[in-house]
Amino acid sequence: MQQSVEFRGRSREALGNEQIRSNFRQAMDGLMSKRKASFPDQDELRRLRLRAAEIRANALLKLPELLERLEQRCHENGIQVHWAESTAEANAIVLGIMQRHDARLLIKGKSMVSEEMELNHYLEAHGIECLESDLGEYILQLAGEPPSHIVAPAIHKSRQQIAQLFRQKFPDIPYSEDVDTLTRSARTILRRKFNQAPVGLSGVNFAVAETGTICLVENEGNGRMCTTVPPVHIAVTGIEKVVEHLADIPPLLSLLPRSATGQHITTYFNMISSPRKPGERDGPQEVHLVLLDNGRSRIYQDQELIQTLRCIRCGACMNHCPVYARIGGHAYGTTIPGPIGSILEPQKAGLDRLGDLPTASTLCGACAEVCPVKIPIPDLLNRLRFERVRSDGDNLTPGQGSQRHGWEPTVWRAWSWLHAHPLVYRLGTRIASRLRWLQPRRLGNWSRVRSTPRVASRTLHELAAKNGFNDE
Amino acid sequence: MNDARSNILKRLKEAGPGLPETAEQTPVPLARWSPAQRIERFSQRMESVRAEVHIVPDNGWIDLLKELVSEKGIGTLLYSPPTEYGSAIGAAWGTSDGPLRTLTGEIEEWQEQLFSDIDAALTSTHAAIAETGTLVLWPDSAEPRTFSLVPPIHIALLKAERIFDTFADLVAREQWQNGLPTNALLISGPSKSADIEQTLAYGVHGPVELIVLVLTEA
Ligand code: SF4
Repeated sequence: MQQSVEFRGRSREALGNEQIRSNFRQAMDGLMSKRKASFPDQDELRRLRLRAAEIRANALLKLPELLERLEQRCHENGIQVHWAESTAEANAIVLGIMQRHDARLLIKGKSMVSEEMELNHYLEAHGIECLESDLGEYILQLAGEPPSHIVAPAIHKSRQQIAQLFRQKFPDIPYSEDVDTLTRSARTILRRKFNQAPVGLSGVNFAVAETGTICLVENEGNGRMCTTVPPVHIAVTGIEKVVEHLADIPPLLSLLPRSATGQHITTYFNMISSPRKPGERDGPQEVHLVLLDNGRSRIYQDQELIQTLRCIRCGACMNHCPVYARIGGHAYGTTIPGPIGSILEPQKAGLDRLGDLPTASTLCGACAEVCPVKIPIPDLLNRLRFERVRSDGDNLTPGQGSQRHGWEPTVWRAWSWLHAHPLVYRLGTRIASRLRWLQPRRLGNWSRVRSTPRVASRTLHELAAKNGFNDE
Repeated sequence: MNDARSNILKRLKEAGPGLPETAEQTPVPLARWSPAQRIERFSQRMESVRAEVHIVPDNGWIDLLKELVSEKGIGTLLYSPPTEYGSAIGAAWGTSDGPLRTLTGEIEEWQEQLFSDIDAALTSTHAAIAETGTLVLWPDSAEPRTFSLVPPIHIALLKAERIFDTFADLVAREQWQNGLPTNALLISGPSKSADIEQTLAYGVHGPVELIVLVLTEA
């Protein structure tokens, strides 16, 4: 309950913050129209989404087998594979690698899994400096804030806010609100670090089982820097990111950037299949791949909820979500916000802690309509609403039944009994309409931001009968 | 850690049989162009993300390169002698080396120089993709991965006949699944970011400028 109180409080605060409201509104409008413009051919889009959904569903169907094949291929290619059941184990693996190399600095490309692990925090507690090199993530690290969007992490910040932040952190650099100048400053600062860092870390967009290949999608080149310049590269990924064939990649790559930002392709698509081979003159000498479970194999066991794991993290669902666009990413208080976060995060952390998230939706369906892998997000939101109040749980989703409260089941039981007994129902509604003057003017939380609905003076049955409809 | 591996796989395998089969593969029609259209599409897409494209006969590119070098004030140009183009470039500036630089040995020996002394690097390319305006690089021992990444200007040589229609077509024709290099790269324009207010800024961490010379048969 603690968490849900926080979620409500944070949402209310965000709704009252005009800067957040306008930053998000503007950004989301832009992203929506760019996505739309990048799919001029509706039939192509329809086919691509079907194909992508099939690719991801097939990969999940064969997941254990594909993970073993991926491990085998990586091994043959010289990539070292590590398995972690929890974020604590994954953190320990990364720390172990750092310590073996006596490394004090980790330079990071964008990775939502490392956010999930709270890796920076963990390594810093062990005396290791972590430096985010994605421009948005770098800005947030300077500000000490978590990302508010999975693709555009600093989307909640205006240019002026970023300029102020730079002035505060780097008083020697002349003040500027110009985007190019700010970018150039970050480039200069981070280049020095790329040149020094002993270990680089990246996420993974797709891992190809057939070839043992790690694929990374990015625009800035920091992902390439992190995976090419330091002598050691560590890639962290959730176990669900694997696909079976290399031929699965082109359709996914065709959808991901367009769904995310309306770009036809990102500047870089980086496919890494091995560390530096004998005779090659650069690239890391060691490449590690950390496979993180952290609840995914549990989600995997439910035939409906497993669809959550199809996600390719494009962010389109949040860009199109009327709730996300208004409260922004921070209100969710989770690593991944928005519609996908509202189905994924409670399944990981438990409905007792994040049970409010699946209710923060109007079920308008915009997310499912744009999702490139056709995840039926509203169905899954509904399913989790059921899970949070059910009394006969299968113990798969943590926190099942935790939001079931005293009088609520009784009310609904009475409601369903009433609807199964027509005579009582009619009598009841008739009495209610006659006694409507007794109805209270306020209905608790409901009427705090809405006008109170009034019971009608005549029931629908009465009106229908009056207009000549009979019972059948 | 082996425990983690067997626990994860065990949980996944236990759940497995309950999942519905999905053998379906919806066909996605792929774009097809003529060779001339491919060059046009490639150039147009590249230019739309601020890359510079020059279409030049394969006996005229050295002159163009020299022009570009002086026009852009490139003081140091990195290239690799043991390549198809190496000797032509090596000879281009006559007896004096002029702006030409080479790096021998492994990165540990030249990283500092690459980061601070090189204005531009020239590399060949493996292929290109017309649909998205994309260069495909398979870096190797002659032209390492960092050449196309660290210097502020990247000049790429592309043979016109190596432009494929789509990525899917390229992967299928060359049977990439049978053997990928250490690093295969798709590059579509200079480095960029829209992390500040969704405003595009170029040259974040990779090259600020990408110049492609498309070589056609003379
Ligand atoms: S759920 Fe779908 S739309 Fe949302 S991030 Fe994942 S793939 Fe994209």
